[in-house]
Amino acid sequence: MNTQWMKTDVLIVGGGTAGTMAAIKAKQANPQGDVLILEKANIRRSGAIAMGMDGVNTAVIPGNSTPEQYVREITISNDGILNQKAVYQTGKLGFEVIQELESWGVKFQKDAQGEYDLKQVHRVGKYVLPMPEGKDLKQILTRQVKRHKARVTNRVMATRVLVKDGRAIGAVGFDVRNGDFVVIQAKAVVLCTGASGRLGLPASGYLYGTYENPTNAGDGYSMAYHAGAELTNIECFQINPLIKDYNGPACAYVASPFGAYTANAEGNRFISCDYWSGQMMLEVWKELNSGKGPVQLKMTHLDEDTIAEIETILWANERPSRGRFHEGRGENYRTHGVEMNISEIGLCSGHSASGVWVNEKAETTMPGLYAAGDMASVPHNYMIGAFVFGRLAGTNAVDYIADLEHIEPDAEFLEAEKTRIYAPMTRPNGVPHTQIEYKLRRLVNDYLQPPKVDNKMKIGLRNFERYQETLDLMGARDPHELMRCMEVHFIRDCAEMAARASLYRKESRWGLYHYRVEYPEKNNEEWFCHVNLKKDSSGEMFLFKRPVEPYIVDVDIETEVYDVAVR
Amino acid sequence: MALITQRVDVPVIVDESKCLEKCTACIEVCPLDVLAKNPETGKAYMKYDECWFCLPCEKECPTNAITVQIPFLLR
Repeated sequence: MNTQWMKTDVLIVGGGTAGTMAAIKAKQANPQGDVLILEKANIRRSGAIAMGMDGVNTAVIPGNSTPEQYVREITISNDGILNQKAVYQTGKLGFEVIQELESWGVKFQKDAQGEYDLKQVHRVGKYVLPMPEGKDLKQILTRQVKRHKARVTNRVMATRVLVKDGRAIGAVGFDVRNGDFVVIQAKAVVLCTGASGRLGLPASGYLYGTYENPTNAGDGYSMAYHAGAELTNIECFQINPLIKDYNGPACAYVASPFGAYTANAEGNRFISCDYWSGQMMLEVWKELNSGKGPVQLKMTHLDEDTIAEIETILWANERPSRGRFHEGRGENYRTHGVEMNISEIGLCSGHSASGVWVNEKAETTMPGLYAAGDMASVPHNYMIGAFVFGRLAGTNAVDYIADLEHIEPDAEFLEAEKTRIYAPMTRPNGVPHTQIEYKLRRLVNDYLQPPKVDNKMKIGLRNFERYQETLDLMGARDPHELMRCMEVHFIRDCAEMAARASLYRKESRWGLYHYRVEYPEKNNEEWFCHVNLKKDSSGEMFLFKRPVEPYIVDVDIETEVYDVAVR
Repeated sequence: MALITQRVDVPVIVDESKCLEKCTACIEVCPLDVLAKNPETGKAYMKYDECWFCLPCEKECPTNAITVQIPFLLR
């Protein structure tokens, strides 16, 4: 087996929304510096926006809303647990991001006067900006990465961050096509690997029928953990209301401004707002369990022109195969509501709040290690938040490395990691990764899907711990299978984190995301704090309370409680 | 370990009469890297059943040789 050595100033792991922006901003900050994007797919079509995006969900546009108002809204919808300074960045810098994207050719919807055509989906403010022509977003970003002369290495998967002298000094991984062992030395590392989107098992039983791009297996959560960085809010799961079986967005954010709404089987509203929050998900769960389901996204009352317009948007962007899914069942928006279901669990700060701890500079708690996008803990950050934090990570990493030199990685560590990575290749007749992954994710459903039950989660945790040995049975016959095998390692780590963090927080919060049967009430006196976790010096998973940073925008979380139930 | 090969209905269908032997457009853009060339025919095929039915392969094929179906379990 060959070993490829690479060297760069700023290494960006993952070339999706946040990663491409981090690379562009790092090159803008220092055009002479070397920036390398490492991507296990191909940046032209990778990550959450591989097929573009149908709209911006967190656009704070002057004249329509303010960063302060946005911070208030997210503080209330995330039950008070957040670093407001980080969320404020998304409110403050999002407009500049939109303007820059526009200068690169990305189109946002404007009204007849040429003003941004913002829609209200959140409870109070208008932050949703449609992008009916958003399908080419990723190609536009790829063009800018090339124009800014950032380097790209596609089809290489990172497995560990290299750490020495208490800082991140590169990453290690392998080429998923030729199997080469790859070592990259860097002065700073930016992790942008997306959500942990392959954690629970979809009800369809298809391993890759996930809401998130299934390449996003929690790589960054696991790598940051093993590097020694803190993670936070892991118990605040991502659970989404999705098209049943298809498991993608229906999508109320696009359709509700046109008059669509979420209804029960009788066609009645039971929530007053379609914005995704844990409390909203709890209302969906209650409705489904009350005999009033199934729940549907209702559009049948809309006129032909409106429905045709919604179809044009939904069937061209983000998840364009939605159209053929409905068609295959002989259903359409004119005659049928879209049957909705509660998704399996995942971890994703883009929608909820679980991720690698970052501050308002996109710094993790490990010097030289930055995180951005769905894996970085900035609640409800969505696409614009990923761009904003990619931008912060890229810019701040360049500042950080100003006087730094490369450090040689530890030879012993590299040898041990090489052995760990290639172990499945030594067992070509070992258990296929598909079976190992299926069982692991089925156990996640069995024991972690809310409502969370104490004894069940303890059994789950025991299973996830024991699964370390099960992973040693896994066999791979080529580098492609090896990639999927190493992803299962990431999934196991995330499952253990999800169980431990959920057991640690002895209260209920964030609606369905952390609904504990034994502790059904919110308890601000004891649990108005983050639950953080990290690898301690003995290699064990250590959990602790981290105080919420002082607010910069005043919100009384005792009186301002998120509630969208229609009673 | 005793192993067997199972038959699976796969989502990505390639019309071999249209697929160009020297073109790798679909293979290069697949996020999950599930497409490959049949070394004997030079035509693309779905080698691994790991599909997100996301459509880059279909959209980027210069001859419209690819059709992506919703995976059977979800259809």
